[in-house]
Amino acid sequence: MQATIIRASGIGKRYEMGDTVVHALRDVSLEIGAGEMVAVMGPSGSGKSTFMNVIGCLDRPDSGHYELAGETVESLSSDALAEIRNRRIGFVFQQFNLLPRTTALENAELPLLYTTMPRQERHQRAQRRLEQVGLGDRLDHHPRQLSGGQQQRVAIARALVNDPVLILADEPTGALDSRTSLEVMALLQQLNREGMTVVLVTHEQDIAAFASRIVTFRDGRIVSDVPHEAHDAAAQLQAARQAE
Amino acid sequence: MSWLSTLKVALNALRVNKLRSMLTMLGIIIGVAAVITMIAVGGGAQARVEEQIKSLGANVMIVLPGSTTSSGIRLGAGAAQTLTEDDARAIGTELDEVISAPLLRGSGQLVAGNMNWSTQIYGATPEYFDVREWKLLAGRSFEPNELSGAAKVAIIGQTTARQLFGEDITPEEVLDQSIRVRRVPMRIIGVLDRKGQSSQGQDQDDVLFVPLATARNRLFGAPQGRLRRVSTIMIKVADGADMKQAEERIRELLRQRHRRQAGADDDFTIRNLTEMLQAREASSRVLSMLLAAVASVSLLVGGIGIMNIMLVSVTERTREIGLRMAVGARGRDILMQFLIEAVTLSLIGGLIGVALGLLGSYAIGNFAGWPTEMQPAAIVLAVGFAATVGVFFGFYPARKASRLLPIDALRYE
Repeated sequence: MQATIIRASGIGKRYEMGDTVVHALRDVSLEIGAGEMVAVMGPSGSGKSTFMNVIGCLDRPDSGHYELAGETVESLSSDALAEIRNRRIGFVFQQFNLLPRTTALENAELPLLYTTMPRQERHQRAQRRLEQVGLGDRLDHHPRQLSGGQQQRVAIARALVNDPVLILADEPTGALDSRTSLEVMALLQQLNREGMTVVLVTHEQDIAAFASRIVTFRDGRIVSDVPHEAHDAAAQLQAARQAE
Repeated sequence: MSWLSTLKVALNALRVNKLRSMLTMLGIIIGVAAVITMIAVGGGAQARVEEQIKSLGANVMIVLPGSTTSSGIRLGAGAAQTLTEDDARAIGTELDEVISAPLLRGSGQLVAGNMNWSTQIYGATPEYFDVREWKLLAGRSFEPNELSGAAKVAIIGQTTARQLFGEDITPEEVLDQSIRVRRVPMRIIGVLDRKGQSSQGQDQDDVLFVPLATARNRLFGAPQGRLRRVSTIMIKVADGADMKQAEERIRELLRQRHRRQAGADDDFTIRNLTEMLQAREASSRVLSMLLAAVASVSLLVGGIGIMNIMLVSVTERTREIGLRMAVGARGRDILMQFLIEAVTLSLIGGLIGVALGLLGSYAIGNFAGWPTEMQPAAIVLAVGFAATVGVFFGFYPARKASRLLPIDALRYE
């Protein structure tokens, strides 16, 4: 029996914009088990981003109940949420969000700065993660000196550095060409095969196809939640390379 | 987040924007440099007055003869010669807490060998050197029989000695030399220590002292009927005694001795020199505080510059703040990061300002010739003030950063 990483039940979130109230989420319930790779899809305005913010502990729901790896989250203070994000979640963003003029190593190390870990150990862990994503020879490079795909891999190393229970990837390939997208997806799939839970927000069918479960949002609700035969990104990458 | 890594992040952010950081610091640099220079200039002026007080001697009053009214015409202080040696002696014996020294002032030509020099010649008693706290480098003071017998002996000041005997002569060599004072041969029995400039800028070492009786009988003579007159009486009040009260008692005593009737003007003037100098010291202190206050306004302006730049920086780095929050930075981590950045700016600016201020006061001392005096406390104060400015003006932008919501900050374009 798999452990449950995300247990969200009856999540509601609304925004007031002037006189109108926008219901971004209405009574959303979802469970995600350890080791799953889930794609969250939906058109813009469907509530998928709001849902990501809630499960990423970046935002609190107005109603409902949310447990992350067994911890009840919705009532925590913002400091406590910061700590949960720090220990439990690795974020990967569309725009990479690396610090400019800062080396890959320091970028990957960033989450550890907000722990009490000694410097030496921080360096070692960040270096190990960069090696894991294939950037062991780029430790001292600044983001500007790296390609988009490499930058996103630094961001993935940063997401992994704290040994999170969950990787949350928000449009991770949105700023990449298709070949580089394949590389990044292959990396995420590989991490997933090693046991990491991955939640991936995307509006691209091709990208969602690499997940083993696809959840679709529309108008603040989940309209479908189906298992999926995941495509193999590594194999596609191999094929693309051979075709050249 | 540890202090060290926060500091590193702050330094990095400042290094990335070198020109902007320099310009921001400029306000603090100018402010601190101005404060330090102004305090140095003010301190120099104060030190000069303090030196004058020291050279005058502590708790000194001077009694001048005059002012008299004859047939309705009022003459100024010193116009009449109303003070006598006996007045001085009476003050000394009646008031236990004072030393009283009569002084007869004149001038004349001195000749020693083939050199000659015109100088101030004072007829004095040994008490004078006590009043002025003036030490002898060599030799001795006047003895009672020399005072009463109008002996032909003299005590010489440093400048006079050098003019008569050359620059290189030692005090001991000056002793027992013979000189002619207004053609009267005299023997030098004492050499005075250096006293420097008076508060009026006179060289106090350009002087020769002879016994009071010698000055009167052998050098200057005395007008008919006023044989025992003196130019002034210098008075030193013992430490801890009330100067005002002593002044009043001396006034009473002199009025009584001069038989001034109630309602008549004093025929003498008492000036409290120490008090005058202290007043001058107080005013120079006020001046230096005023200068420092004006200079610190520029520090304030520099602080506002820091606030301005920090606000821009927070806006520019909103995404960075969002990212840091997403990966686990708490509000206070962000607050500290930006606060340390502001304080680092102002502290580095402060240190550069100290260096410039020291240079500036050195330049003013050297090229403008103003006396300057550096006070270490002023440096500590200026740097401390700069850091406070950093905290104060850095706090608002830093708090603004720390209150951002991570989702808004991450989406910020």
